[in-house]
Amino acid sequence: MIKLFDMVDVVRSKNSGPYELTFDILFKDADHFAAFVDKKIMTPAVFAGLYGIDESLVESVIAFPPAKAVKITIIRPMASGDLGEKDIYGAQQHSPLLSFEYEV
Amino acid sequence: MKEFKVLSPTAILGYGFPAASFEEGMRRKPDAIAVDAGSTDPGPYYLGSGKSFTDRGAVKRDLEFMLTAAIDAGIPLLIGSAGGSGADSHLAWNVDIIKEIAAEKGLSFTVAVISSQIDPKIIKDNLVQLAPAPVPTAKDVADSVNIVAQMGEKPFMDALKMGAQVVIAGRAYDPAVFAAPAINAGFDVGLALHMGKILECAAIASTPGSGSDCMFGTLRADHFELDTLNPVKKCTTTSVSAHTLYEKSNPTKLPGPGGVLDLTGTTFEQATETSVIVRGSKFVPDEGQSYIKLEGAKLVGYRTVSFASACDPIMISRINEIVQAVKDKVASNFEGKIDDYFLDFKIYGANGGSFCSSSVNTPPAEIAIVIEAVAPTVANADTICSFARSTLLHFGYEGRKSTAGNLAFPFSPSDFSGGAVYGFSLYCLMPHDDDNTTLFAPKISQVKDGVWI
Repeated sequence: MIKLFDMVDVVRSKNSGPYELTFDILFKDADHFAAFVDKKIMTPAVFAGLYGIDESLVESVIAFPPAKAVKITIIRPMASGDLGEKDIYGAQQHSPLLSFEYEV
Repeated sequence: MKEFKVLSPTAILGYGFPAASFEEGMRRKPDAIAVDAGSTDPGPYYLGSGKSFTDRGAVKRDLEFMLTAAIDAGIPLLIGSAGGSGADSHLAWNVDIIKEIAAEKGLSFTVAVISSQIDPKIIKDNLVQLAPAPVPTAKDVADSVNIVAQMGEKPFMDALKMGAQVVIAGRAYDPAVFAAPAINAGFDVGLALHMGKILECAAIASTPGSGSDCMFGTLRADHFELDTLNPVKKCTTTSVSAHTLYEKSNPTKLPGPGGVLDLTGTTFEQATETSVIVRGSKFVPDEGQSYIKLEGAKLVGYRTVSFASACDPIMISRINEIVQAVKDKVASNFEGKIDDYFLDFKIYGANGGSFCSSSVNTPPAEIAIVIEAVAPTVANADTICSFARSTLLHFGYEGRKSTAGNLAFPFSPSDFSGGAVYGFSLYCLMPHDDDNTTLFAPKISQVKDGVWI
């Protein structure tokens, strides 16, 4: 099994406006990035499972080759700053990705 | 004009920059200095309350450098999303700082102030949902205490054509301040906007990234080049292309006022050791109706919080049921007297800051607990928070051995008033025709020897 943590330069989460959260995975290696994308390792279903959310909340999983990046965007559990908020900027929601394991 | 050079001193006005970076930027003879001052990221409080999320002293420090350098060099200074959220009170706050600097230094210049505050009376029943934000309703408009619209580059272009050297604007599309002077000079809209999109975060797009350092952009006929101004930083194809993803839902289609920035054909090329050349970005104008984005915030109530920790393993193992029992006790104690409130317990060490419930596997040795009460009055928020805190302190949970008190408080008083609480009430599109509107009309004034005329 490969641990995502070992294959990336950057894993981050952030608001994309007050109603969406977006996750960026930036791989170190172009070939590994290409394999990760080709084998469809990250899908809305995989991400939803990892985060324990409904798959319908995952809006998109997009590969961006210039940055060797995979971007996942989800509907925020609540609008930023609504009652019950835990992370106004959405900048600390990346940790489940760090322990994500897969095979290519 | 073969190239157009823009100095971006900092990611957000007030976040600061090293003086040496700024001076290196001025040595390269920029054609404009521009800065984005705002964001919705700090949450709805700032738009709702009309206050800035940046500090006045820090904003003044940055502007002293920028204003004096721009006047000395005879180049424009453009400020977008003044005061953080861009409502009229934010704009006035920023104008006041400019006035103060101009008076202290005896500066002379032509200034344009552009409001983005939207009078709810001009909003018709034709707002368009910006999914996944909710469908906007007339009640949302009525509930909003501040509504702003995001202007594109055109009002800045107009202000510059009217002779303004300093432009201070309310809520603006982040790239607009960087793109406007370059588009006026005849450069490609798509490249100008994409350069602005990267410059708006200044050195965040370099490595090591920083929100408080300068970045330099040079726009030419078929590309733009980004360079750092601090010798310890450089732009790489990875740092710049990665920034294209930042805070965006889709990396290749970036919608904005009047059209979409299409990065499908964009390429990134290392030009020098510290600079990157970007080509192929295209602006695709909207067909038919154009829209502007509205942002609104409403008052939700008043917040009181209490902070404590706990280290008892039995209590920690039962924390969810204990919290529920405390909530039930609060509800039954005030039933019929105080029913309208929000009570939350944020358990740090056990997903207090995480939306994902699966990220903590082993019981923590210690947890921090933030008790939060929000109610329509300060008095009721205080009452609910205080009662929840005292109930949790002495709650006799099953299996308890530590019977003197369940919480460790670092502070006396233990409870703090968090003031007014706001929520986003509008985040949607409004039909808007650039050429047939009085919205975003620049107001021109003269400043002579530090006196605002």
